[in-house]
Formats: sequence, structure tokens, C-alpha cells
Amino acid sequence: MTVTTHPPKRATTAASGDNRYKILEATMRRQQHQPDALIEVLHKTQELFGFLSPDLLTYIARSLHLPLSRVYGVATFYHFFSLAPPGEHTCTVCLGTACYVKGAAALLAEAEQIAGVKAGNTTPDHQLTIATARCLGACGIAPAVVFDGNVVGRLTRDEIVARVCALLEKLPEIRVKLE
Amino acid sequence: MIEHIVMRDQDVPNIADFGVYMRHGGYEALRRAFTAMTPAEVVALVKDAGLRGRGGAGFPTGVKWGFLPQGVFPRYLLCNCDESEPGTFNNHQIIDRNPHQLIEGVAISAYAIECHTAYIYARGEFATAARTLEHAVQQAYAAGFLGKNILGTGYDLDIHVHRGAGAYICGEETALMESLEGKIGQPRLKPPFPAVAGLYGKPTIINNVETLANVPRILEKGVEWYRSFGTEKSPGTKVFSLSGHVNRPGNYEIPFGLPLHDLIYSPEYGGGMKNDRPVKIVIPGGASAPWLTGEQLDVTLDYEALAKAGTMLGSGAVIVLNDTVSAPHLAYKMDEFFKHESCGKCTPCREGTYFLTKVLHRMTEEALARPEDIGTLKDVYTQMAGNCFCLLGESAVMPIKSALRLFPHEFDELIARGKPKTGLISIDLQPMKRDMSPV
Ligand SMILES: Cc1cc2nc3c(=O)[nH]c(=O)nc-3n(C[C@H](O)[C@H](O)[C@H](O)COP(=O)(O)O)c2cc1C
Ligand code: SF4
Ligand code: FES
Repeated sequence: MTVTTHPPKRATTAASGDNRYKILEATMRRQQHQPDALIEVLHKTQELFGFLSPDLLTYIARSLHLPLSRVYGVATFYHFFSLAPPGEHTCTVCLGTACYVKGAAALLAEAEQIAGVKAGNTTPDHQLTIATARCLGACGIAPAVVFDGNVVGRLTRDEIVARVCALLEKLPEIRVKLE
Repeated sequence: MIEHIVMRDQDVPNIADFGVYMRHGGYEALRRAFTAMTPAEVVALVKDAGLRGRGGAGFPTGVKWGFLPQGVFPRYLLCNCDESEPGTFNNHQIIDRNPHQLIEGVAISAYAIECHTAYIYARGEFATAARTLEHAVQQAYAAGFLGKNILGTGYDLDIHVHRGAGAYICGEETALMESLEGKIGQPRLKPPFPAVAGLYGKPTIINNVETLANVPRILEKGVEWYRSFGTEKSPGTKVFSLSGHVNRPGNYEIPFGLPLHDLIYSPEYGGGMKNDRPVKIVIPGGASAPWLTGEQLDVTLDYEALAKAGTMLGSGAVIVLNDTVSAPHLAYKMDEFFKHESCGKCTPCREGTYFLTKVLHRMTEEALARPEDIGTLKDVYTQMAGNCFCLLGESAVMPIKSALRLFPHEFDELIARGKPKTGLISIDLQPMKRDMSPV
């Protein structure tokens, strides 16, 4: 992912009346705009906006008086942060050792097959992101898959097929709450 | 029925609730430490109990606390709940089940090392655990066990819960400090050790969740009681995270010294192997531990015995694998983890993990193994071993080294036949037949 050199949009974004900026601003104020609050602030931003756009990173860099390179560096170092918009739903297949030996690779292949995209990508209609993880700390119920923030264990191939299909067709009963 | 230390009161419903915890002797140890003991007495007690760090190295906790330089303040206590070692899932269960026990342990330990600010670093993915902790911390503040002038003793303590953002390396103590300071989590050069110059350059003690969760019970019940569990050199209990091809995977708290065989086969614990298949490989301490084979199940689960068997207790994550698993393939998958998590600071690890996985991928998944590959693998890992900046790189050597040492014939088979023998029942290597062209 490359950061395009958008002109800074602080004036437009912050004053745009978008409530999310007000919340973000309040978070940074609570941290007294300390540079060491960067990770907290990035968490909050991703929670509010779903991902970290170049504009948001620039805005945060200015507010915390940090070089953009530092903000970009931290945002890309940690796997939790996403610089691309995620799909409406996510399906994260754990490929950690315990899940792997219980057939997680086959689960992932099924999910990729149905979604038509490889892990790390989002369907063109922005419905579903397929992702992978390395041990979710749920090895006791391996193989584990996270659907929209909810960990589901002991998943079979049929079950993942059913769930991914359901997510793609937006069946309401499968729309579990976001973490 | 074994008494539990870390999983205490596990049969009490809602022990996570502040009121229920209080009715079961909650915060009694804290009260006693703060009002009737000096910090030095608490340190001495923990030292005598022989509590050893559960985060991986098994370093005696009381001894570690004693490394702080005299008279240098402020100091910090960090509780390591990054828990990203593959196969490890006990820390967040400890928190989910009984968060106050951990907070009490953190507070007592902070008092022992005379610090006034403690951080709990929770793994980024553990949003629920972080929320549970934050809530519990607030309750402890409200009850006057945290904050200013606790229980009228004049001692002040603040505990902050900090969320990481998904990086295994942040479990390494100095990387964790970098991360707490809002930077990318790359380890620092040691020395200076954290006890001398840690967080913000100040003396810092870092301990694992399970280590600190032991502290309240040690204070309550005393050294003798604590030492009645486990072995002479590894006193107490350990929560083992058992996973893999066993009938009953899960967290089991058992005294140190139980034979590995019992953990796998006892109906109380693992309940035997799925479909009664034989044990082929056991990884006894998370991905960083050298492997054991099915012939070594007599080894007891304590620091000394496992070290003697050439491996380590590590995080207590016991991964048990049956004979359907291909050793080269397992090594490949584990090294891929290390490659993914390498922080990129030093060349042997950054490039070494890359080369290891590249060669292993070709040998296993692409079925294009060549005779010279084994030499290349050995060459790469020998150059990594002892030359990496931190233990992550050193750990990455373990899977491939174990696989080559214990199952050399499987590599030869790969070279001879191309494909690993018989379709690897639990690892599906069949290419998907349907068209999977990425969009
Ligand atoms: C790559 C790497 C990852 C680590 N991850 C963790 C972890 O997730 N949790 C943990 O408690 N210790 C972890 N450790 C060990 C810590 O560096 C440190 O030794 C430990 O937290 C000390 O606590 P203890 O004395 O209570 O064991 C890790 C070490 C390394 C080198
Ligand atoms: S060994 Fe690996 S993780 Fe450790 S500093 Fe070097 S590159 Fe980073
Ligand atoms: S390996 Fe998948 S949850 Fe641990």
C-alpha cells in the first residue's frame, strides 16, 4: 500500500461536521496530544473509521506533533491496523499451528473459493474481507475462525461454507455483533 | 482433586465479579501486604516461595525484583499479557475467569518493588480481555484498593491497561516497552537490562500474567503451602495449554513434575489421542521449544526435566501431534510464523527466516525438493543461531533444526518422491480443484 500525497485536509476534515473527528479529537485531548499515545489513538481511529486512510494518518501526525513517517511506520508495523477499507464483513481464518494441524488450510481454501478472493483481500462488492491470523489463543477449540469479531471453534468445511455464503448474501441471522 | 492456585475458586460461579471475589477472600492478601508487611518482606516471601516466571524463561521472580537499583525512582511494573506464542492460551483465560486475582497480584507486586505506576499490556486482539481488565481496575479503584493513599497507608498506585496492536515480538520485554512508548515494537539492546533502564529509561520489572496471578495466594497461604506443590526447583503449579490431536484440548493447572504421558492420556486432562493414533511429535513450550517425539513421553513437566531432555517448558503450551503430520511441513508452517513476525531489525532473522521458509515451501508445498536443499537449510540456520538480536530469531531455528534432527528420513523422502508420503491426513495439501483465480 502506498500513501498518495494528498494535500493535508485538516481544515476540511476536522471542520466537516463529521462527528467521528470530534470523538477522535477528544481522545487525543485526553492523552494531552502526547506522542506516546499514538497506538491508542490509532486504535480509536480504526474503531471509528474502520481503517486508517492517508488523510487520517496525516491528521494524527499533525495533532500529535509527530513526523508522518513515524505514524505510517507504526500503522504498518502492527498487524491489527489496516490501511485499506475492510469489507462489510470479515472472516479471519487462524493458521496457527494447532488450527493448522486440524485442517485450517482447507477451511481457508473453502472461504477463498467462495469469496473468489485470496486471503488479505476484499470482495469487489466490499461485502467480505478474507483474512488470516496466527494463533488467536483459541487453540483449545481449533480450528478457529473469526466471523465479524466472534470466534467460532471446531469449524468444519461445511460450516465455513455455510457461514461464508451467509455473509455474502447478508442473511440477517448470521449478522452477529461486531466486537 | 488437585487444589488450584492460579485457577483458584474455579468452581465458584461468577468469580470474575468483584463482590463474589471479595466473599472468597479477595484482596485479603493485598490488605495484609499493604498494612502489615514492608515491601522487602513481600519480596523475601516471593523469593522463598521459589516462584519462577511463567513467561518463558522461568527466571525466579523474587530474584528479578531484587535487581532493581537502590533508590532510583520512579519505577515501573509491566504485566505481560501479550500472549502470542503459538499454542498458548492460558493468560487470557486467567483474565476472563478471574481478573481481580491478577489485579491484586499486580498491586502487591508493585508494592513489593515500590513502584506507583503499573501497566498491563494486553495483546491487541484481546479486546474483550482488555475491557474486562479495565472494568475490574475501575472496581478496584472504587473500593479503594488502587489510587491515592490506599487503605490509609500512604501508598499510591495507578494501574493502566494498554492494548497492543498485533505483533508477536511485543511480548519480548524490551519490544513491549517500545510499544508502550508508542513506537514500533523492535527490541532494544541489552544491557542495560530493564531492571536498570526500562520503560522511559527508568528501572522496570516485567512479569507474565500467570506469574503475577500466583502472588496473592502465596501471601495468603505462605511459603510452605506453596512449596508443597511441584518439585524442589520448580515449586507450584503451571497452567498448561494443551492442544493438537488430543481428545480434550484445554487449559489444565497441574503441579510441576507430572509426566508428559499423564497430561496427554489421563482422563482428567488430555483424555488420550484422537482415534487412538500414536503421538509423533510434542512441542512442549510453544513454537520456540525444540520438539520431543512419541518416545519421550516419560519426561516430567518441570523446568529442569525438560531442559535435560533438550527442550524447554517455555510458555507451557503443549502441542501434541499424531503420525499424520509431516515433520518438514510442520517446520515450514512454524517458520512461516516466525518469518511473518520477525520485526526486521536484524539481518540473520529477517533474511534467515525468509530463506528457510522459501526453501521449505519449495520442498513441501511445491514438491520440488532437491538434494542440496538440506545443506542449504543447515547452512542458513547455523548462521542464524547465536547471531540474532533477540530470541525470536533464535527460536525460528528450533522447528527446522528439530525436524532435521528427528525426522531426517522425511526430508529424504521428499527429495526422492517429490511429494510427502501419503496425503497427510490432517493437513490437506490437495490443490483445490475448482478454479481459484484471485480477483
Ligand atoms: C519473541 C518473544 C516473545 C515473548 N512473548 C511473551 C508473551 O507473549 N508473554 C510473556 O509473558 N512473555 C513473553 N516473552 C518473555 C518476556 O520477554 C519476558 O521474559 C517475560 O514476560 C518475563 O516474565 P516472567 O519473569 O514472569 O516470566 C517473550 C519473549 C520473546 C523473546
Ligand atoms: S531476531 Fe528477529 S525479531 Fe529479534 S530483533 Fe532480530 S529481526 Fe527483530
Ligand atoms: S493456533 Fe489457532 S487459535 Fe491457536
